[in-house]
Amino acid sequence: MRLIIQRVFALTIKELLALRDAASRAVLIGPPIIQLLVFGYAATFDLTNVPIVVYNQDQGQFSRDFIARFAGSPSFELLRIVHNQNALEQAINDKSALMAMDIGPNFSSDLQRGRSAHVQLILDGRDSNTAGLALGYAQSIVLTFNQARITERGDIPPPTVLLDRAWFNPNLDSHWFIIPGICGILTLLVSMLTTGLSVAREREMGTFDQLLVTPMGPTEILLGKALPGFLVGTLEGSLIILLAVVWFHVPFTGSLLALYAGLFCFLLATVGIGLMISSLARTQQQGLLGVFLFMVPAIVLSGFATPIANMPQAVQYITLLDPLRYFLIVLRRSFLEGAGATLLWPQYWPLALIGIVSMIVAGRLFRRLY
Amino acid sequence: MSWMRLRGLMRKETYEILRDPSSIAIAFVLPVVLLLIFGYGVSLDAQRISVAEVVDHPTQVTASFLAELQHSQWFDPTVYPDRRSAEQALLQGRADAILWLRSDFTRLAYSSGSAPIDLTVNGVDANQAHIIRNYVNGAWLVWLQQEAARRGRPLATPVIADARVWFNPALRSRDYLIPGLIAIIMTLIGGLLTALVVAREWERGTMEGIMVTPVSTKEILLGKLVPYFVMGMGGMILSTAMAVFLFGVPLRGSLLVLSGASALFLLTALGMGLVISVVARSQFVAAMVAIVSTFLPAFILSGFLFDIRSMPRVIQALTRVVAARYFVTMLQSSFLAGDVWPVILRNALGMAILCALFLAIALLRFRKRLD
Repeated sequence: MRLIIQRVFALTIKELLALRDAASRAVLIGPPIIQLLVFGYAATFDLTNVPIVVYNQDQGQFSRDFIARFAGSPSFELLRIVHNQNALEQAINDKSALMAMDIGPNFSSDLQRGRSAHVQLILDGRDSNTAGLALGYAQSIVLTFNQARITERGDIPPPTVLLDRAWFNPNLDSHWFIIPGICGILTLLVSMLTTGLSVAREREMGTFDQLLVTPMGPTEILLGKALPGFLVGTLEGSLIILLAVVWFHVPFTGSLLALYAGLFCFLLATVGIGLMISSLARTQQQGLLGVFLFMVPAIVLSGFATPIANMPQAVQYITLLDPLRYFLIVLRRSFLEGAGATLLWPQYWPLALIGIVSMIVAGRLFRRLY
Repeated sequence: MSWMRLRGLMRKETYEILRDPSSIAIAFVLPVVLLLIFGYGVSLDAQRISVAEVVDHPTQVTASFLAELQHSQWFDPTVYPDRRSAEQALLQGRADAILWLRSDFTRLAYSSGSAPIDLTVNGVDANQAHIIRNYVNGAWLVWLQQEAARRGRPLATPVIADARVWFNPALRSRDYLIPGLIAIIMTLIGGLLTALVVAREWERGTMEGIMVTPVSTKEILLGKLVPYFVMGMGGMILSTAMAVFLFGVPLRGSLLVLSGASALFLLTALGMGLVISVVARSQFVAAMVAIVSTFLPAFILSGFLFDIRSMPRVIQALTRVVAARYFVTMLQSSFLAGDVWPVILRNALGMAILCALFLAIALLRFRKRLD
């Protein structure tokens, strides 16, 4: 037994030494951190400075007040006032504005007489998601304008009001949702990279044959290849999660122990899959292709940006095989909902199961190489 | 530059492609698999929102409000006996939102006005939470109008905003996501195809064999570029055909503009792969850089999912070196709007600059020397 531990340990050190040259080490440590910083700022569904153009045919005070509400909102930026319908349409067409507002000539007089005044909003549907969000923002500005106007005139207010609040993220800051997701993606990336190419590289360079003539058995080689992935994954994962809390101030309300239990199960799964890909690939290019063919769908189907509930039922079943899906829930619930290990149990066991099965398959594939 | 030498190099590269099927897989299997997964898997249209309804004191008024939700195609309401059980459902993810009408709802509604409708959403997914709020808000406004009409007390709405969404009136998210996805997939193909090709020759030592021949660096790089360009264009044609015939995305622009834009973009993506390959020298480093610099930047910084104008200025500046940014905009315009020349020219210019930059770097950094 001691001998086995010694051998596995020796192989682990050899694997880590492969990262000795500065370039390999740099690409492993630097990019994930830079990416967290860049993507952490970039990835947001909260709109700011959406450019709008306005065609105001009205001469009165009301339209100026109305426009001022848009111009003053942090969500919108008044790009320019245009003076004909053509310029309005042109601005949408060439994408200089996302939204165009057309205020008719009777806007102020309608409001003065207590009639409903119509405003036409044109949105660029080429960015459907942004257009939809901007429309929601615009409508809430119209709603506040209306409420102010009703109080001013002493009209009968609507019989009900809608009070809304949000749990766990009261200001609905989308960074709080996205940044834990990025932590998950980057941990996936790092652990797949360290394991996905490791066997393929040795096979391509011919050093794998040398490993095979050592007294080590396939299980020992497998363990020696798996451990570095674990080590690097745990270290980088911790660093990234720390940055999310310290740098981006995403509140961490759950238990660290529960999070690390999730991280452990997740790494078990990703390292297992990485080794599977690696022992199937004969060249590093094949390994790289395998890593991509796994990683890209894993990210897309994880619920990182688009909810799993929106996917068709058949695709939802496929997501059950995606380790990132479970880890994202662990991350988000640990960060925002303060969930402990008992609540997260339904995420742990599928991860562990995927990990164990993929390790066994990788072991089988390994034996085939003998 | 000699045509004969170039042809020889291209033939050698083609043999290499044919020998390792993974290159062919990158160009043709990758787009099919990814488009299928993306096309069916990615959707931002909220499906039916499961709302937990709690009514403390049911009356005709509360019933008419709940009926409005029931009739809407957006909601999937379930009645819970009390607030506590509804909160449990929200915590466990069985409900997306709680709608609570308190016991004094009806009384307040017609005495003082302003009876509160209490909406609680799970804010963890902030984007979904916004969408849910907007939908509930919409249903509430419709109900207010109907209720007012029924009571003969017209509701004062000073300003009514009529919205029209051009190019995608139904806001079908698939129509705008698929063109963006093609850009991301092409980024992957371009980067992956070339990222390893030069590094591989260094690592295997075959580069020395090429160096003793009279070929110039320009010819070596061009010889690597052309076969992969042909394969990449094949992948592009396949993706476009799938978008139009399988997913029913309209293609309103001309094929000529689409092909031109694709060719320019593919050159840029292949150029970036070549730079990675030339600079890295080892396949491991090249693979890492390719993974890090292709997919995630294209996914997050291209404006495909996240609005670029809402990013901080520094990040906005950074997106200018992400080629996918220009291609996403061009494809969305080409598919949904048609040939809009200001958009085409502006983005083509951005891509052309990047393309020239990458090819120049690859050429300058690539030396016929062993050290």
